[in-house]
Amino acid sequence: MNWRAVGAIYGFEMARWRRTLLQSVVSPVISTSLYFVVFGAAIGSAITAIDGVSYGAYIVPGLVMLTLLTQSISNASFGIYFPRFSGTIYEILSAPVSPVEIVLGYVGAAATKSVILGLIILATASLFVPLRIDHPFVMILFLLLTAATFSLFGFLIGIWADGFEKLQLVPLLIVTPLTFLGGSFYSIKMLPPFWETVSLFNPVVYLVSGFRWSFFGQSDVGVAISLAMTGLFLVLCLATVAWIFRTGYRLKA
Amino acid sequence: MRPSEFRESSAPDAVIRIDGLAKRYATGFEALKGVTLEIRRGEIFALLGPNGAGKTTLISIVCGLVNPSAGTVAVDGHDIVRDYRRARSAIGLVPQELTTDAFETVFDTVSFTRGLFGKPKDPAYVEKTLRSLSLWDKRDNKIRELSGGMKRRVLIAKALAHEPQVLFLDEPTAGVDVALRQDMWNLVRELRETGVTVILTTHYIEEAEEMADRVGVINHGELVLVEEKTALMSKLGRKEITFHLREPLASVPPSLDGFDLALGEGGGALTYTYDAKAARTGINTLIEALREAGISFSDLETKQSSLEDIFVGLVKEQA
Repeated sequence: MNWRAVGAIYGFEMARWRRTLLQSVVSPVISTSLYFVVFGAAIGSAITAIDGVSYGAYIVPGLVMLTLLTQSISNASFGIYFPRFSGTIYEILSAPVSPVEIVLGYVGAAATKSVILGLIILATASLFVPLRIDHPFVMILFLLLTAATFSLFGFLIGIWADGFEKLQLVPLLIVTPLTFLGGSFYSIKMLPPFWETVSLFNPVVYLVSGFRWSFFGQSDVGVAISLAMTGLFLVLCLATVAWIFRTGYRLKA
Repeated sequence: MRPSEFRESSAPDAVIRIDGLAKRYATGFEALKGVTLEIRRGEIFALLGPNGAGKTTLISIVCGLVNPSAGTVAVDGHDIVRDYRRARSAIGLVPQELTTDAFETVFDTVSFTRGLFGKPKDPAYVEKTLRSLSLWDKRDNKIRELSGGMKRRVLIAKALAHEPQVLFLDEPTAGVDVALRQDMWNLVRELRETGVTVILTTHYIEEAEEMADRVGVINHGELVLVEEKTALMSKLGRKEITFHLREPLASVPPSLDGFDLALGEGGGALTYTYDAKAARTGINTLIEALREAGISFSDLETKQSSLEDIFVGLVKEQA
């Protein structure tokens, strides 16, 4: 293992983040605060408690997931896309670095950033609503697993994209709708039976549900199924990354 | 000439061995058609060829940026695919394009490369490298604040950051001013003195002529020639002598048929091409023959053909 290379890539990515700390941290915090004001305080006061949890608190796990997903994807996709775009990727490809080390550096940094952001959002949320976390270890596990999985997914998008538009395409057209329809703001049990079944095909449902269980001990689907589905998605992403490095897809002519 | 003719008896001191290297891109374009070449340890090798000849593809394969379609490459005895870590550790690459980060400082970006190659931090070595490239004053500048020439130096510093044995310079002086070009040449010479092998691609013949120990000419994906520069110059080095005539001639008189003569400047100049290294250049006989034919001249000049003429001749021959 070339750990120094992993460290170099990781350090490079974290330095990039620090340079743009304001937009990296402040903008998700502001947008989350807006969700709390609108959904939690204004609309939430008119909504009855779900499973005995006040609506304002109920949406916290979903909001953290929303940030975690979008930030993991955007951080990791930009992290690998930009060197491809500018040409500096030549340095990574010509270095004695294995695919595993490249992925550890880029995905590790992206996941770190989104976990930090997730915790900041959680802290922000606790200012608005009283929070309780029944299963902190499971909460951390979901946080790490989701950050790693979706950073990996973002890495894939960053390799697949051949323009800045495509970089935005997947998050905008697929991830955001899936997150909003994944029970971030409601329990899928509140849906008509048909749509409840359809929702089970949405991977985000499992993430949000499992994550919410770690807070309130209640969930739409079993926590074990949630973990298994997240693990499955992680394995899928890993397999795709392995294929990319074996074939050199979009990296090497 | 066939490329296989350049397969030298395997030199024990070869630092790079390229064998039957071919590359066909997904578009069907055949960039390399079975190149076999050995680079000797410690030499400066110039790879010469017109744009699109396959120079960059060759370098890119050796450095791991492009997958070969066929053939093998070993760097310092390590196969570039099976043993890529050791092979790549030995190589520093200065790419043709000015591809740099924008917001990193010069010092950070050079240290980053060192880390990428698995070397421990060594601020003293980085300082030495930056000083040798006149970059020390700029160490805390962001790369985007630098001029094009300075960025080129940064790329060289990055390539040297991990103390490579082999340095690839892909078109190092394209778009570089005269002063920097001189600096670059001096640097390459200094590197050679420390035992670093330097391979440079160029389409500036003067660069190869000035720098190289050996020259390889590549065209249409084939190595058409590999030769010691001095041997190449003397072997293919033709010389011309031009007589400026007092009276213009309508045509070369039949009595001079035996000489390789060309009439120019509206019949006012007669140019004789000969091999400067030959035992008999034929100049004396020609002058006698001119006198006998009653042709007198007011002046004469000689011209040594350069590597450029050799190169143009080779490439034309192949086209």
